[in-house]
Amino acid sequence: MEEEFELQAALGFVEEAVAAELPGLRLAWVTVEGGRRKSPRAVSQRLEDLSNRYRGASVVALRSQPIPHAYRAFFHQIGLDPDISRIPIEEAAVARLMQGQFRSTNLLDDALLIGLIDTGVPIWALDADLVAPGGLGIRATVDGDRLGSTEHAHHLAPGRLVIADAQCVHALLFGDVAPGHGVGPRTGRMALFAVGVQGVPSIHMEEALWVCVEVLASG
Amino acid sequence: MEALEHEIHAPHRPAFDIPQVDVEERAARRSLRGQIARLEHELADAFVTAFTMGGYELPVARPGEPRLLDLGELERVRDELAERLCSARRSIAERADVQAENRLRLERMLLEPGKYRFVRIARRDVGEPGCGVWQVRPRLGLIGMMMGWWQVKLSSGCPLAGGCGLRPAAR
Repeated sequence: MEEEFELQAALGFVEEAVAAELPGLRLAWVTVEGGRRKSPRAVSQRLEDLSNRYRGASVVALRSQPIPHAYRAFFHQIGLDPDISRIPIEEAAVARLMQGQFRSTNLLDDALLIGLIDTGVPIWALDADLVAPGGLGIRATVDGDRLGSTEHAHHLAPGRLVIADAQCVHALLFGDVAPGHGVGPRTGRMALFAVGVQGVPSIHMEEALWVCVEVLASG
Repeated sequence: MEALEHEIHAPHRPAFDIPQVDVEERAARRSLRGQIARLEHELADAFVTAFTMGGYELPVARPGEPRLLDLGELERVRDELAERLCSARRSIAERADVQAENRLRLERMLLEPGKYRFVRIARRDVGEPGCGVWQVRPRLGLIGMMMGWWQVKLSSGCPLAGGCGLRPAAR
C-alpha cells in the first residue's frame, strides 16, 4: 500500500519594496531529509513516460499556455529575455527535444525535473543546513552582498533579485545556486523552494513541491 | 517510505532599506509591466503562427541579471517587444502573401499543366506540413514531352529517416 503524507510548504518572505513592484512574486519552500542518490528504475521510467508528452508541436505552443506565459512575461519585467535566458520549463522542453528524452541523472535532479514538467513551476534545492532559521525569501541586493557565503563568493551589483535568508544570498532569482550551497554528497537535509509569479496559482507551486517530495520519497 | 521531515518556518522579513518611491511613477511602472505581459502574449501567438512559416528572427543575445527595472528600462523593454511583434507580424503577412500566390499558382498548374512545364511547388511553400513537392512533368517521359501530355505529380513525401534502405555489408 502506498503511504500518503501531507505537505505544508512555508511561504518565504518577499521584501516589501520588491513585493510592491512585482505583486504576485512569491516563494514556497520545504525541507526534506536526504541528499543526492541514484534514481530507482520507477523514477527513470516515469521520466521516460513524461518524455512522450513533449513533442515538437507542443513545445512550440508551450509559450502560449498560461503558466509558461506568466514566467515569460515576468522574465521581461525583471530584465531577462526569455528567448535568450529560457524559462525553466522551456529549457527542459528544449533539452527533451535535443536529447530525445528527459534523461535521468540522479534522484534529486529527476524529482526537480518531474515537478517542473508536471506543473510548469520551477523548483531548486539547497543544502538546508546552510539556510538560516528565519527561512528563505526574495529580496533585492544591497551594496556588499555576495553570491554565497564562501570567501571566494563574488560580489553582486545592488538591485539584483536574489533568493536569500537573513544571513546570506543563496541564489540569483531564476539563476544558479551559489557555489557550495547546492545539494552535495554530504548533504543530509535539503531545502526545496519553488518561485511563483503573477498568473501562477499557488496550488501549482504546492503541487510542484508535493510531486518533488513524493518522487524523493519513492527513492 | 522513508520518513520525511517537513520543517515549517514562519515567514521572516529582514530589515532592508526600502526606498521611498513616487506613487505616480510606481503606477506608470505597473502599467508598463501590464503592457509587457500583453505584448508577450501576442508575441507568443505570433511565434506559434510564424513557426510553421520558418519562424522569426530572435533577439541578439545580451547578458542580463534579474533586477528591478526603472521606468526607462521598462519603456525600453516595452518598445523592444512592440518592435519585435511588429516585425513578426510583418514577416507573417509577407510569408502569407507568398503562400497565397503559390496556392493560386498551384491551382493554375493543376488546371493547365502545359503552361507550367517543370514548375515545382513544395508543400511548405503553400503552408502545408510535410516534404511533398508538386511538379509538372510529362506523361510517359520523352513521348509526353513531344506530344504535350503534361501532368502535375505530387512526390511521395519526406525521405526516410534511415536512408534508402540497408547498405550492403562491408567485406
